Amino acid sequence: MTYESFEYDVLVIGAGGAGLRAAIEASSAGVSVGLVCKSLLGKAHTVMAEGGMAAALGNVDDRDDWKVHFADTMRGGQYLNSWRMAELHAQEAPTRARELEAWGAVFDRTKDGKILQRNFGGHKYPRLAHVGDRTGLEMIRTLQDHGIHQGFTVHMECTIIELQKNGDRVVGAFGYDREKGRFRLFTARAVVLASGGIGRAFKVTSNSWEYTGDGHALAYRAGAELMDMEFVQFHPTGMVWPPSVRGILVTEGVRGEGGVLRNSDGKRFMFEDIPDAYKSSTADDEEEGWKYTQGDKNSRRPPELLTRDHVARCIVREIKEGRGSPHGGVFLDIAWIKERLPNGAEHIKKKLPSMYHQFKQLAGIDITQEPMEVGPTTHYVMGGIRVDADTQMSTVSGLFAAGECAAGLHGANRLGGNSLSDLLVFGQRAGQYAAAFAKEQTTAAVNPDEVEAAARHALEPFDREGSDAEGPYQVQFDLQDLMQAQVGIVRSEGEIQKAIDGFPGLHQRANRVGVQGNREYNSGWHTALDLRNLLMVAEAVARSAILRTESRGAHFREDHLEKDAEQGKLNTVIRQGTTGEMEVVQETLAPIRDDLQQIIEDNK
Amino acid sequence: MSSATFRIWRGNADGGAFEDYTTDVSEGMVVLDAVHQIQAEKANDLAVRWNCKAGKCGSCSAEVNGNPKLMCMTRLNSLPLDQPVTIEPMQTFPLIRDLVTDVSWNYEVKKRIKQFAPREPDAPDGTWRVEQYDVERVQEFRKCIECFLCQDVCHVLRDHRLHDKFIGPRYFVYTAALEMHALDTADRTTDLANEHGVGYCNITKCCTKVCPEEITITDNAIIPLKERVVDQMYDPLTKMLRMFTS
Repeated sequence: MTYESFEYDVLVIGAGGAGLRAAIEASSAGVSVGLVCKSLLGKAHTVMAEGGMAAALGNVDDRDDWKVHFADTMRGGQYLNSWRMAELHAQEAPTRARELEAWGAVFDRTKDGKILQRNFGGHKYPRLAHVGDRTGLEMIRTLQDHGIHQGFTVHMECTIIELQKNGDRVVGAFGYDREKGRFRLFTARAVVLASGGIGRAFKVTSNSWEYTGDGHALAYRAGAELMDMEFVQFHPTGMVWPPSVRGILVTEGVRGEGGVLRNSDGKRFMFEDIPDAYKSSTADDEEEGWKYTQGDKNSRRPPELLTRDHVARCIVREIKEGRGSPHGGVFLDIAWIKERLPNGAEHIKKKLPSMYHQFKQLAGIDITQEPMEVGPTTHYVMGGIRVDADTQMSTVSGLFAAGECAAGLHGANRLGGNSLSDLLVFGQRAGQYAAAFAKEQTTAAVNPDEVEAAARHALEPFDREGSDAEGPYQVQFDLQDLMQAQVGIVRSEGEIQKAIDGFPGLHQRANRVGVQGNREYNSGWHTALDLRNLLMVAEAVARSAILRTESRGAHFREDHLEKDAEQGKLNTVIRQGTTGEMEVVQETLAPIRDDLQQIIEDNK
Repeated sequence: MSSATFRIWRGNADGGAFEDYTTDVSEGMVVLDAVHQIQAEKANDLAVRWNCKAGKCGSCSAEVNGNPKLMCMTRLNSLPLDQPVTIEPMQTFPLIRDLVTDVSWNYEVKKRIKQFAPREPDAPDGTWRVEQYDVERVQEFRKCIECFLCQDVCHVLRDHRLHDKFIGPRYFVYTAALEMHALDTADRTTDLANEHGVGYCNITKCCTKVCPEEITITDNAIIPLKERVVDQMYDPLTKMLRMFTS
């Protein structure tokens, strides 16, 4: 089999916020860097992030600092977070935000000319640096435009299908270019995975086609451990109508700007169910909630800004109990603020321009005039590759992970805005430590037999073309239906077991998939190769979900409604067993440092 | 449920032809939905580039019934479905396959534009103070999603093929965002006039019309850049002053 060869000190896989930040950092350390991405540069999923980047800059409310941010993140994650990652994240996010400005990002401003910050669910103070509702675009473009002058090489539209090892160490990666379907071998002294999430394992999702769990699956097959895969975040507000746009994200910023959730009776149902941990920090009535969204420091947040897991479940309850909107969602109303603001319609367009545009064009709805219909959508995976908090190295030598594909920071539930800051803080760290690791290593050879085997395996779908071979899309759809129905937002043992029982059949079908045509930009072939990864992450989610017999954060079990104190000290660890089967075990969290525990107590 | 016919370009740089596909259509569908449905049901190997399906990433650019569009934001109910809907790749860039073109030229162009160079920070902590008013001026340009539809429609590139002399509307917007950035100190005027060919634009505003982000490309970006060039390089008074001072 023929392939092109490339050699780098550090290879970064994925070019969203984390991958770009890692590549910039590694380059600045003076090593050679290659950056590989499945799409064109600047199109990664980061571009979809809307609301903002959480960083305790204290520009809008000077009571904010890293300690409050740390405590908020831990509370949101139901204390399953890696406390060390939560500490580093809260401490370093402000520096990372300011650095973006030095690289050309244009954030909205406060009256005294500083970076403006907005309210978001679970954050005690206005903390999200933002640009209207297109913060992700601003961030990825800033990193891209800065990055192209840093000397690293970008391989666009290139997909990695297997990591290469020498002994216990990861020493490279093998993949293909999408344009011609030619194979490429990358040898590297260190590899950083920054491949994003797994949303395409579900039917209703805000995630793009790229989100097939590649990094998770590559790491798993290379022997690395994954962690906490049962925690999948269902964002409470996705579009529900028309059918073709179902799942597209409606930013939490709508609620941050004063948008309210109502059921078909016109009632603000979020006031009816406020968790104990948040009672003291939630508004007593609609008036107080409104004042909070308008920046009144003496008011407490409206219940619409409770954590995403909770809001999503309340919405599901309203729909299930027959109080939903006509197309199976609930109403999200921002138009009502016109009663309070003289130039309300203009204000909405200015603060939420993409949302205005999105509903106008895709649903024919003017959000300044009428409510939106929204419902939960698969959005983010808190679980991922288990990493060392400081260095982001996985449990396999030479393999690092950052951003959504890494586990730890968010625990059982991620706060909105903590993702963009996660990408920068841990992308920077992964780049720094991968470069340092690479400097200490020599280049090690990859095993040509393994490369040959990976190439042969990748080409098999072409051998099965025609006759009775099934195409890849139907297998993908059936997997998405299965996960949506059985391992979705409300789970039970019986349902999860149905998913687990369904996987062997899907694996068999995936192994028999055939594709038409040749290797040139063949979407069918690409989908066929992604299936293996999707199936692996789906199984990890289901097997982790069945093991956790409690409800915590984003993981909700209707057969175990309460939190279990014992399981609150356990992470779920997933690895490939010696005979190739998936092992899922629970491991005790490292005890938190006293000073950090004190910060949590002080902020209760 | 009704059906509609889509006439899609199939082929690569060596040649190709339109092929008709008839598929079911339902309320709210966009062109990209129809393409995906055809891909899943009838043509697994149909090449199409897409990511976010929400008008935010700028990947699914194509020409729908001859108009440069994002397929994900073009609703079928905006098109006459009693006749076939034609979908073809952007014409300004080399074809890779089917609906996918080689847009790498754009990425090369961007590298040739002087990067952002901020002034010294305003505060001891390394931060700057900027008015919201100053920020809004460039935020319009920074909405650009790099779909390259403006490049596709620009006749200097599309018809005259001046890719080596002219950077195209997208990169005038990019340059304008840098030139009007409150913190930037670099000067790109000479490059604009010489290397980047701003003079080739004759203000037909085709780019502005196709921009899915509704950026006023010609009026707000290109014309002010042309004025800068004229002011700095061709103004007789400045020219004389420069002769005496240099």
